[in-house]
Amino acid sequence: MDVMPKWAEVVLVPLISLILAAILSALVILAIGEDPVEAVNLMITGALGSTYGWGYTLYYATNFLFTGLAVSVAFHAGLFNIGGEGQAMLGGLGVALACLLIPWPHWTLALIGATLAAGLFGAAWAAIPAFLQAKRGSHIVITTIMFNFIAAGLLNYVLVNLMRPAGSMDPATARFPETVHLPTLHDILGTVGISFSKAAPANVTFLIAVVACVLVWLLLWRTWLGYEIRSYGKSEAAAKYAGISPVAITMIAMLISGALAGMMAINNVMGEAERLVLNAVEGAGFIGIAVALMGRSHPFGVFLAAILFGFLYQGGAELALWTSIPRELIVVIQALVILFTGALDNMVRMPLERLFLMMRRGDA
Amino acid sequence: MTAPAIELKGISKAFGPVQANKDISIRVMPGTIHGIIGENGAGKSTLMSILYGFYKADKGEIFISGTKTEIPDSQAAIAAGIGMVFQHFKLVENFTVLENIILGAEDGGLLRPSLAKARKSLIGLAEEYGLNVDPDALIEEIGVGMQQRVEILKALYRQADILILDEPTGVLTPAEADQLFRILGRLREEGKTIILITHKLREIMEATDTVSVMRRGEMTATVKTSDTSPAELAELMVGRKVLLRVDKKPAAPGDVVLDIKGLRVVDDQKVERLKGIDLQVRAGEIVGIAGVAGNGQSELLEVLGGYADGTGVVTLNGQTLDLSGKHSDGRSRRGRGIGHVPEDRQREGLIMDFSAWENTAFGYHRAEAYQSGLLLNNQAIRNDTAEKMARFDVRPPNPALAAKNFSGGNQQKIVLAREIERNPDLLLIGQPTRGVDIGAIEFIHQQIVALRDQGKAILLVSVELEEILALADRVAVMFDGHIMGERLSSETDEKELGLLMAGVGS
Amino acid sequence: MDFLTLIQLLDSTVRLATPLLLACLAGLFSERAGIFDIGLEGKMLAAAFFSAAVAALSGSVWVGLLAGIGASVALSLLHGLASITFRGNQLISGVAINFLAAGLTVLIAQDWFSQGGRTPSLMGGARFEPVSLPFAEALSAVPFLGPVYSELISGHSVLVYLAFATVPMTWWLLYRTRFGLRLRAVGENPAAVDTAGVSVIGLRYAAVIICGVLCGIAGAYLSTALQAGFVKDMSAGRGFIALAALIFAKWRPWYALWATLLFGLFGALETRPDVIQSLIGIKVQGQLLAALPYIMTVIILAGFVGKAIPPRAGGEPYVKER
Repeated sequence: MDVMPKWAEVVLVPLISLILAAILSALVILAIGEDPVEAVNLMITGALGSTYGWGYTLYYATNFLFTGLAVSVAFHAGLFNIGGEGQAMLGGLGVALACLLIPWPHWTLALIGATLAAGLFGAAWAAIPAFLQAKRGSHIVITTIMFNFIAAGLLNYVLVNLMRPAGSMDPATARFPETVHLPTLHDILGTVGISFSKAAPANVTFLIAVVACVLVWLLLWRTWLGYEIRSYGKSEAAAKYAGISPVAITMIAMLISGALAGMMAINNVMGEAERLVLNAVEGAGFIGIAVALMGRSHPFGVFLAAILFGFLYQGGAELALWTSIPRELIVVIQALVILFTGALDNMVRMPLERLFLMMRRGDA
Repeated sequence: MTAPAIELKGISKAFGPVQANKDISIRVMPGTIHGIIGENGAGKSTLMSILYGFYKADKGEIFISGTKTEIPDSQAAIAAGIGMVFQHFKLVENFTVLENIILGAEDGGLLRPSLAKARKSLIGLAEEYGLNVDPDALIEEIGVGMQQRVEILKALYRQADILILDEPTGVLTPAEADQLFRILGRLREEGKTIILITHKLREIMEATDTVSVMRRGEMTATVKTSDTSPAELAELMVGRKVLLRVDKKPAAPGDVVLDIKGLRVVDDQKVERLKGIDLQVRAGEIVGIAGVAGNGQSELLEVLGGYADGTGVVTLNGQTLDLSGKHSDGRSRRGRGIGHVPEDRQREGLIMDFSAWENTAFGYHRAEAYQSGLLLNNQAIRNDTAEKMARFDVRPPNPALAAKNFSGGNQQKIVLAREIERNPDLLLIGQPTRGVDIGAIEFIHQQIVALRDQGKAILLVSVELEEILALADRVAVMFDGHIMGERLSSETDEKELGLLMAGVGS
Repeated sequence: MDFLTLIQLLDSTVRLATPLLLACLAGLFSERAGIFDIGLEGKMLAAAFFSAAVAALSGSVWVGLLAGIGASVALSLLHGLASITFRGNQLISGVAINFLAAGLTVLIAQDWFSQGGRTPSLMGGARFEPVSLPFAEALSAVPFLGPVYSELISGHSVLVYLAFATVPMTWWLLYRTRFGLRLRAVGENPAAVDTAGVSVIGLRYAAVIICGVLCGIAGAYLSTALQAGFVKDMSAGRGFIALAALIFAKWRPWYALWATLLFGLFGALETRPDVIQSLIGIKVQGQLLAALPYIMTVIILAGFVGKAIPPRAGGEPYVKER
């Protein structure tokens, strides 16, 4: 029997985990001699107090939406894809190639082309670990970690030796042409008369990310393919019995996952930097793990978690600017969220279950 | 008067809302073999786990040789002279026999002296009880019968006076089982006390001095074995007179539906599991596959169900089945009209976290009727589930409830409803009533017979010989990947089949 | 390539292999007991910071070493809490620990020293100095063996010798003692250990603590011997290379030594592209050498060069069966 009602499992456990992470983060802030309340105030004003703040929050959230969805889709197939970082790097390479090699007449066409390229490159980078897992049983966690490092080496090589414009010392590609410039939220909202910060990098990709959320939800819960992915993730033996191919599902789930991670590049590479630099991903692939865990691998949960982490990132940057708290505070918070929602979840669940059992006995 | 070797007084244990043991008391005299019999889920294993320190009883007391003893963990159990041979052996596969024997009972921090000492005492034990094993063999390289010996030796090496064996014959052939019982007899002569847990009446009658019967967590009776009969024990086990025969008309077999010729299966470890099977199943008959677990029955179901590769020729209604190529999967098999109730419903037949309605589509989720455009028509699946639940009397009739929240019998009904209602030409059924309560067993048996009477072909695999004899029209016995022989169930008995199961005769 | 260059190359191989070896053996203890540990990186990083910081504050590198070990063991215990006591996901716990270390080290470094997330440079007694073995000076003139002894074998910090001594010690502990037998058993089949009356939880905690100690030494070596102070993210993926080496070594101590020496050699070659060019005549990109351990591990994992079979119970929390 289920000891806890479903709402407690879905809402209460992650919420309490989040509160625990928040309390510990506050203690960390206290320990380094700052005031947590003031810090939170600063973060809120910095991240949500202006359209400039919101523009950054949503920009970061867009990255995390893609990587969070990527981790979630793999989770549903019972696969832990730690390779979002490398897949997003390769996605960036795809975007850069698409934007630099093809003379796009209009940004809309460029967006479609770049999205495809980002997805393809990301999926391709996930394909090798997926194939090795499916066909040779190589543990996907280890191979995806290895592929992150290999991706870094590859990108480094490509940027230094192949794509660096002549005369530039910077390991980065040339600037993308003006025609592939994506409209920012300032441009989009301007058309309906809402004024939005011009300096913030949030752009049309945010809307694509939201659409991706809906599509992933439809895929997982409204198609037979999603049904097969979820079945396989729950029980490989049962999946085989039902005629669901473990090899096919492992491949498909990882390709979708890699493509989603790769598609993050249309936000950071095409939407923001407008050229490919070495450290374009900035750990967003790893934050996807925290986002997926907190969002319990559900697209709606991932959406909320991505916004939260977007807020933390922007707020953290503001903190670093105005106080002596370094940006790494966010890494600590991220670690605590992963720890409590992903690894210590039983610490929260066990006492809750006991509580619900007592309440039920009380009723009986 | 000597004190009992073990005495339990008023043991109770609950897991959440489930009462696994209720006020259980029992006395076992030294130098005897005491049987504990009961259906699956009657609470036998829980009771023994309490005795071995795996669980703490909520209430009750344990006396060992007249002394009240607390057993908070396995270490205390071992110290109290209790040894346990679990149903699933607790051996380290890539260790040698000797290493397994000393594990946890080493003398001092260094291994060498411990191993030398164990080697010596192993020779002594082998002479004393006829328990020969190669001390340097790796566990993964010896057979199950041998592994069981290692488990017994482990207990004896720890100087156990009381030996508990949990369903020890499940993986043994009848001949190996007889050998085990001879060993147990020797142990009894040496003054050891033995508790034998089983759900097989035959073993109780053959091996034990006294027997206790458990039902639904309660101890319903303790009697001398010589004073009772299998029929009486069976009645005590299930709480009422048991119909060992299923009501059914004689079969009227029609055309051959399934025709298997020279079927071979090699598993991942390159072991040949099926070594050339020939078998036919006709329309309107139930063919039962009898045999000790692990003799190829599971592989037969898997290859027919499409999720193990094989070689040979298998035809269904005259059309060849693909045994290892592109169309060798569960989906293609279903498309060809083969339904399959798998042996392990919780591992294979259901996704335990999925709701009943999601499980109703399992394996048929790509069916036309369940789609609307690119998407799944969840409402159609829900409606379908509600109908099936009503027809098969699944309780509670709630399609949204997760599979894990149904009882074993109702889970099996969900699987059965899914597979039968598809109107298959051939139905594969593995262990249809394992872990299913008595009421549901009768219902399930009736459904299987009814399907036969509609002219369907049914291949039934069960390790319960009684069930095979009751349900099947024809029985094929499997041993070591071969079919040892076929008999009409009306013309054979347990004794004859038992010999075939041991690989004798034909 | 001349003889002296070879000696120099091997010398830096040894120095670069040392932290890998310690971390690899750390992972070996943990994973042999059935606890996957992808948090080696984080533990090393935390130890690197705390040993450098405490050494800088106290002036004693030995106190620093203890502090580093302490920090690493604390993270080990956190991993144990999550994966042994609360039966959580060991991989996710490892990921969390890596981030926790990456964030906290900079945060605390900034709070204590305000030098942009680094510690002050260590000098004198706050650093492990090279140890000159007896007669190193005197024998250096002997042809061939002299330079080998005085340049390659002598002149490392004490932690290097400790790391190499840990290999036979680990082997002995694992295969010749009761503790080793039980440790290997608990990684293969914890139920066998449990029913034999030995505490699974106790053994696994012992394993993660040993793992913490070795990672602690590895981290301390980075910041107090290899370099003179802590800088942000200074473990630089070494924890993951150690993990790769562990797979490469198939979870065996002597193999671990060879695997980490090989990966150390890659690291040494990375800084000497001229050597490779003179050896094989082609210019090999530094990026390729940096990625080589990872690529080789993937090839090993793919089973093309012998299958690496991890401990059977690895990654699975132990739950008593009913």
